[in-house]
Amino acid sequence: MSQNILSAQPRLNPDDFLPATAEEKQSLEFMRPSVSFWKDGFNRLRKNKVAMVSFWVIIVVMIFAFVVPSFYPYQYAQQIRGSERLAPMQYSELEKAAIAAGQSVFPHFLGTDKLGRDYAIRVMMGSRVSLLVGLVATAIVLVIGSIYGSIAAYFGGWTDLIMMRIVDIIYTIPDILLIVLLSFALKSPLSGLAELPGWKWVNTVGVNLISIFVVFALLYWVSMARIVRGQILQLKEQEYVTAARALGASNRRIIKKHLLTNMIGTLIVTTTLQIPSAIFTESFLSFLGLGVAVPMPSLGSLASDAISGLQTYPYLLFAPSILISLIILSFNLLGDGLRDAFDPKLKD
Amino acid sequence: MNRYILKRILFGVLTLFIVATLTFVLMQQVPGGPFVAEKSISAAAMQAMRQKYGLDKPLIVQYWNYMTNALHGDFGLSLKERGRTVAEIIATKFPVSARIGGISILLALALGIPLGCIAAMNRGKAVDNVIIVFSTMGIAVPSFVICTVLMYFFGVKLGWLPTYGLTSWKNYIMPVMALAFYPTSYIARQMRSSMLDVLGQDYMRTAKAKGLSENKILYKHALRNAILPIITYVGPLIAYTLTGSFVVEKVFTIPGLGGEFVSSILNQDYMVIMGTTIFLAALIIFMNVIVDIGYTIADPRIKLK
Repeated sequence: MSQNILSAQPRLNPDDFLPATAEEKQSLEFMRPSVSFWKDGFNRLRKNKVAMVSFWVIIVVMIFAFVVPSFYPYQYAQQIRGSERLAPMQYSELEKAAIAAGQSVFPHFLGTDKLGRDYAIRVMMGSRVSLLVGLVATAIVLVIGSIYGSIAAYFGGWTDLIMMRIVDIIYTIPDILLIVLLSFALKSPLSGLAELPGWKWVNTVGVNLISIFVVFALLYWVSMARIVRGQILQLKEQEYVTAARALGASNRRIIKKHLLTNMIGTLIVTTTLQIPSAIFTESFLSFLGLGVAVPMPSLGSLASDAISGLQTYPYLLFAPSILISLIILSFNLLGDGLRDAFDPKLKD
Repeated sequence: MNRYILKRILFGVLTLFIVATLTFVLMQQVPGGPFVAEKSISAAAMQAMRQKYGLDKPLIVQYWNYMTNALHGDFGLSLKERGRTVAEIIATKFPVSARIGGISILLALALGIPLGCIAAMNRGKAVDNVIIVFSTMGIAVPSFVICTVLMYFFGVKLGWLPTYGLTSWKNYIMPVMALAFYPTSYIARQMRSSMLDVLGQDYMRTAKAKGLSENKILYKHALRNAILPIITYVGPLIAYTLTGSFVVEKVFTIPGLGGEFVSSILNQDYMVIMGTTIFLAALIIFMNVIVDIGYTIADPRIKLK
């Protein structure tokens, strides 16, 4: 077939349309099995010694906080007569007599407080409270923040504008001022609620703990919402999303394969770093006497109680202080490690 | 530019208004009231007291009265400390907090910035590692732990420093150290990463290629650019030192505004709660606005929205 030399039509060769040979097909096959996102991230995390040590520290603290108390011979509110203000590993006269009589008495590893309560179990329960607050508050922040952020990013326009202005305002509210006020103001409505049928669980969890959660649900989700919104807006415009759409990928596939996969790293990192900040806030409130109610201990309130006896019983201060610092430090370091492993873009 | 500043200020005023309203609503939710704790008070006397301070009126009227008075600069009388106005209380307590807070902010900047620079310039060396370890710990340890540990070692064990009050310069050492610990660590970390960022920029290589002296490169090119992100932190830093003083003032029994705020909440002294909240919130919001505006002036690359 003759063709005009000036024609813009491509010169096609029938050979170009032959089926590919086996050899050519092979060149398109994967050279090695593809490493999934999770596997890749965890491999990187495993190589990070600091993060792994922090991870195991957290696991050990969790075992002591959630598992050990259930079979520990003492209870956190149990007052042992005659065993007040014992130093670590010290026995009271009564207990010495019992040992002399051949009975076995479980030692007070960290001594006892002024009411004769075993301090080791109180510190364990205190870390349970701190960890619970950290995890639950973070879950609340994660859920509210991501839903709010995605709605703002998805609808855009006026909805986005108004929603983000609300976030801006909450963001500029001095949080500690309101947290102190809120945790105090929420106590009575919540105890009122606990009286109603069907709301008994409020008392089981503890009014103060719930008010701390409410505080987080009201104030702390804003930064999460901002991050989620920013991520979605940014990812939506990426070339690979356009490419996927051009190739005919469904919305579902784009959300699952591109938006979620790319966002999950940021979400994990932000969530992990939110946990220590929640623990920090709870201990701060408990230290000021606005946190958990007696006899429930928290690491903050234990440290606060220890101040008055600092002169004579300094060991009462050290256990909760070291533990709270250790927990926050471990979560911070683990969060940093997760960021390096899952979201290298976020690194500052 | 002017529009941006105006917008920021309007936003600040709006936030302040919301904080004041929220506080007003919240503090009324707490049962009891300011006069309950006082012994031997008859129902009639209580009624008279409530009337005197206008607490018998409907909430909305109380709110309106308070807000209009506050706008005229009248923050009312304390309900607990008879005869003292809230303005007086703030005027006597705030300078105490401001002095400790101000010294610790200066200390944090004076220590944090050089430490961060030293770490960045010696990246990977022993100095860098030491600074990283200390600043990571400084961020993790809560202020009350630092307070109590300092107090135990310097106050109780060694007996070098007084553990309470504010009578001599020695009294300032521990509270200032406790307050400055976290921001120093934070600034050092931030400074290190922004310095590393700047050191890798093209203009640094250009400056070196032009044959500028090390000092000139460091001060004129590196430091000036690296320090900008720190400016943004100064606003939150002020907020931190003000609220951090809740704990520090409690531990060291310092008669400052932070302690006054907490005790006014526990005492339900409505007027003092409102007054201190508005004052502290206004200060924090105002500082943030100033810092934001200053930042956009200092760094023209940041687009004004």
